[in-house]
Amino acid sequence: MHAEEKMTLEKWPAAPEKQTLEGKNKFLGFWLFLGGETVLFASLFATYLALKDKVPSQEHALAEDLFEIPLAFLMTMLLLTSSLTSVYAMYHMKNFEFKKMQLWLGITVLLGLGFLGCEIYEFNHYVHEYHHTFTSSAFGSAFYTLVGFHGGHVVFGLSWIIILMARNAKRGLSLYNAPKFYLASLYWHFIDVVWVFIFSVVYLMGMVG
Amino acid sequence: MKKLAKWRLFLLLTLMALILSGCGKPYLSTLQPAGEVAKSQFDLMVLSTVIMVGVLIIVTIIFLIVLFRFKRKDDSIPKQVEGSHKLEIIWTVIPILLLLVLAVPTVLETFKLADVSAMDKKDEEGNPEALVINVRANLYWWEFEYPNEKIVTSQELVVPTDQKVYFNLKSSDVKHSFWIPAVGGKMDTNTDNINKFWLEFDSKGAEAAGELFYGKCAELCGPSHALMDFKVRALPSDDFDQWVATMQGIEEPVQADTAKAQEGQEIFNNSCIGCHAVTPANTTPEAARQAPNLTNFGDRAYVAGILENNEDNIKKWLTDPETVKPANKMTDTYGDLTPEQIDALAAYLSGLKVQK
Amino acid sequence: MSTNAQKKGFGATVWDYLTTVDHKKIAILYMIAGGFFFLVGGLEAMFIRIQLAVPNNDFVSAGLYNEILTMHGTTMIFLAAMPLLFGFMNAVMPLQIGARDVAFPFVNALGFWLFFFGGIFLNLSWFLGGAPDAGWTSYASLSLASEGHGIDFYLLGLQISGAGTLMGGINFLVTIINMRAPGMTYMRMPLFTWTTFVASALILFAFPALTVGIFLLMFDRLFGSNFFVTAAGGNTVIWEHLFWIFGHPEVYILILPAFGIFSEIIPVFSRKRLFGYSSMVFATVLIGFLGFMVWAHHMFTVGLGPIANAIFAVATMAIAVPTGIKIFNWLFTMWGGSIKFTTPMHYAVAFIPSFLLGGVTGVMLATAAADYQYHDTYFVVAHFHYVIVGGVVFAVLAGTQFYWPKMFGTMLNEVLGKITFWLFFIGFHLTFFIQHFLGLWGMPRRVFTFLEGQGFETANLVSTIGAFFMAASVIILLINVIITSVKNEKVGNDPWGDGRTLEWSIPSPPPFYNFKQLPLVRGLDPLWIEKMEGKKGMTPAEPLGDIHMPNNSFIPFVISFGLFVAAFGAMYRLDYAWGLPVLILGMAITFGSMFFRSVKDDHGFHIHKEELTDDNDKGVKA
Repeated sequence: MHAEEKMTLEKWPAAPEKQTLEGKNKFLGFWLFLGGETVLFASLFATYLALKDKVPSQEHALAEDLFEIPLAFLMTMLLLTSSLTSVYAMYHMKNFEFKKMQLWLGITVLLGLGFLGCEIYEFNHYVHEYHHTFTSSAFGSAFYTLVGFHGGHVVFGLSWIIILMARNAKRGLSLYNAPKFYLASLYWHFIDVVWVFIFSVVYLMGMVG
Repeated sequence: MKKLAKWRLFLLLTLMALILSGCGKPYLSTLQPAGEVAKSQFDLMVLSTVIMVGVLIIVTIIFLIVLFRFKRKDDSIPKQVEGSHKLEIIWTVIPILLLLVLAVPTVLETFKLADVSAMDKKDEEGNPEALVINVRANLYWWEFEYPNEKIVTSQELVVPTDQKVYFNLKSSDVKHSFWIPAVGGKMDTNTDNINKFWLEFDSKGAEAAGELFYGKCAELCGPSHALMDFKVRALPSDDFDQWVATMQGIEEPVQADTAKAQEGQEIFNNSCIGCHAVTPANTTPEAARQAPNLTNFGDRAYVAGILENNEDNIKKWLTDPETVKPANKMTDTYGDLTPEQIDALAAYLSGLKVQK
Repeated sequence: MSTNAQKKGFGATVWDYLTTVDHKKIAILYMIAGGFFFLVGGLEAMFIRIQLAVPNNDFVSAGLYNEILTMHGTTMIFLAAMPLLFGFMNAVMPLQIGARDVAFPFVNALGFWLFFFGGIFLNLSWFLGGAPDAGWTSYASLSLASEGHGIDFYLLGLQISGAGTLMGGINFLVTIINMRAPGMTYMRMPLFTWTTFVASALILFAFPALTVGIFLLMFDRLFGSNFFVTAAGGNTVIWEHLFWIFGHPEVYILILPAFGIFSEIIPVFSRKRLFGYSSMVFATVLIGFLGFMVWAHHMFTVGLGPIANAIFAVATMAIAVPTGIKIFNWLFTMWGGSIKFTTPMHYAVAFIPSFLLGGVTGVMLATAAADYQYHDTYFVVAHFHYVIVGGVVFAVLAGTQFYWPKMFGTMLNEVLGKITFWLFFIGFHLTFFIQHFLGLWGMPRRVFTFLEGQGFETANLVSTIGAFFMAASVIILLINVIITSVKNEKVGNDPWGDGRTLEWSIPSPPPFYNFKQLPLVRGLDPLWIEKMEGKKGMTPAEPLGDIHMPNNSFIPFVISFGLFVAAFGAMYRLDYAWGLPVLILGMAITFGSMFFRSVKDDHGFHIHKEELTDDNDKGVKA
């Protein structure tokens, strides 16, 4: 089965993302890449834990002064829901329902944008209310780097999904782009999992002190 | 393959010659240990070397047999052997046993050398029992503060022999590492925390070393890393106590005794005293102690840790410190001095002796 | 398209290499770039040895010396050893598993160009205000204090080339897992493929730690953060941990493929299968695994406390066991064999005792309490040169001689090869053996000079003389390469006569699709099995059919170039007004070309089976 072949529901395989050799390679390669990303975030988490509340003087805000659970909880909900909607999208992809897939991906993107909006508000709040900035203390550097790296991943993930949706809007599904959709959604799940750790390690543990 | 065999023989002979030709200098070499720490480290070295030479000999024997017996002689195809469980178990288990023999003393020694529990012990009157020295590493000089004796000196550490001396190590700029090879292994002076360890200076070893051990910085710290040497004067306990008492007795700078030296003292008081103290008390905060304390400069064996202490070398150092120790922090901190002024300063500095 | 014999103009050839996605051509690019950086690093090594030939030497200044020593280490590890090994992996591994290509040809090319631009960027520091001077480890307090842009070149250059390495690693992993020929099970893979596999896994899990470390230091130096600024709550020991969490596996990333190369050479020239193949595989995996648990043995003197030191000491000693297994397996492969002492075999034979010396000093260094004496002295310098030169460089030189005919279709001269070997071997031991003693006598490493009267004079002079032997040897190797290329006498599939694995079953150099028909693998050493049954080559596993191949692409070059441009912008952002626009421009080039790549359809092309039959006659005769 060639990747560029025009597809119909009858010909559509059960695992379209792994049907071609290219798809198989991408699938495996991307999982491995996520393994490397895990080490990347593990290093950032370790750095954050080592530098948490390490500030030059007492005037600087500490974790327990900064974080507010309601906002962090809202962000968690937004991202968790978006993960769920991307699962719906993949479900429709497997059933060769392109329109429905695009719809659910669109909802995923909106939720992701909502998350980003909250994050921008949050950072802005810390900078202006608490003078907690990237350069104010080692704690600040570590916080913005960890959460910011995650935010950067969100931006990249959103751009990726949007480009895929736009590029294939007229083309429809094929075995050439099915792996691409699948990987983008895999990436989105990974971002979500990282956020769960950030929520626990940074926000919840920050509140406990 | 004869060539190879000859070469290996030659290598072995070179090795023997090297071992016989000496173990380095008694004031500098780890192979002539002059203290409990260096000795236990030397013993570990010997133990590991013996085990490893044993391994080397076995491998070399097999290696030589292979080279000579199994050279290609005809075009026949040798038997394809998959492996041998018996052999493979042997060369897995024996190394594990050998490593266990090495691992046990390694762990014990590691804990022994890290034991600084006696550091803060006080006697009944509340006086500290152990001798503690705070080492502060700077680009490219060393400060030694005796917190309990309340004195400060630099570049030349003075210690008593045959007792444990405890060190607090830290750095005031970039990371350095404090190392007196003949007396014991090194420890880093970090910028983030204070490291603690102990050394013991053996009186016999000190004698062999002429009472003066060489110390070095062992962590790349900038252009003059290679020149960040210090010296250690290891004195018998009584002499050490006397030295401490003498130092403690100095409340005013040692006065110059010749006219030339007095002129030098004046220049010193105008240009140098802002960074260099000439009294040993540790009353000023660390941050203000920007350069080596020179109270007993005239007693020290070396100028700037590397030049033999004589007036010529003092002049050389004062005239152009940059050439002697590139990127040092003294260059350009004082105005141009005429040769006469430098002569006078050298005369004054040579006279800064507390042990008359 | 399939007529690879046709002559091309110079410009067309250059364009072909700039856009190639063929793993064999990428291999050649890696060899050229890696070889070039090897010469640069070697020149720096010569400067180091000349400076240290006599006490109080002023051949180079103190500051310049620190730049040279930093660039020597960084260049040799990141820009010479790894790329050269990547070259062999690209050239040989896909052939060994019977694949037509790697899993991600485009990413493969991208990996190379990222490495290349990163390396060029790093070395441009020599001409733009000074090279990095804080050692290849770039410990945070010193690297933050370092003035000028040297350290920034180090950070940005390594970040770019590191990204390339990571991609290369993923590509090799997927290739080995997904693209093996029919019958090529894991336990039939040649050892070089196995070591490539494990080394790639190490790259995947080790490089991200370096990436993070570099980001943090870069943020501190260029964007005002405080990770390592003690006064603002920072901690420099974090850098040491991150660096060595990467740095120790890096040693195995280098040495495992070297083990792999020797595990190929020894059976071929002993005419005997590898002794204890399964335990060799097991040992390789175990070394890779343990490699992640020992990083703190580089930090015994940092003051982590006796518990951490003792644990890491014992864990480090454990690595000696699988390494010992390998040494004995190589010896017993030769035992009972019929050994032909070709040039590659010279290296392989010399490697065993040389590497063993590096291994036993490694165990000595693992004894934490004694390491307080060895740490940061010339003893350590001697140790890691015994491992890296005695292991990796020997392997690279052996591999060059061994695989040259497969890569270029012609044999390097054996006489010159043996001269190269002997000069290198003698020079190597002359240079580094004595350095063990220098360290024990109290000479710290990374010193730009030493003073008279401390007993270091003779030994340093001997060491410098040795270095000249090695330099002479490399020059003879270059002459050999030139002579061989000019003569260009073509050889057949199996020029060494005793090839055992799949790469020797196809023409030298192989056609760009490697295997016309995928081979059927019936066991370990598949070609040897067929030979022993009196067959000339492999039995095909499929009928002759169309072959799908990827298109060439210039995009990898452009993506990498964009990051190269952006790096300049990031570095000069605070000095010049044009910094920020250049940073944005560079990122725009990179992301723009990535975008272009994503939206453009690229399905590759097919070679039709009729064309393959035409090729048939040429292929066999060549």
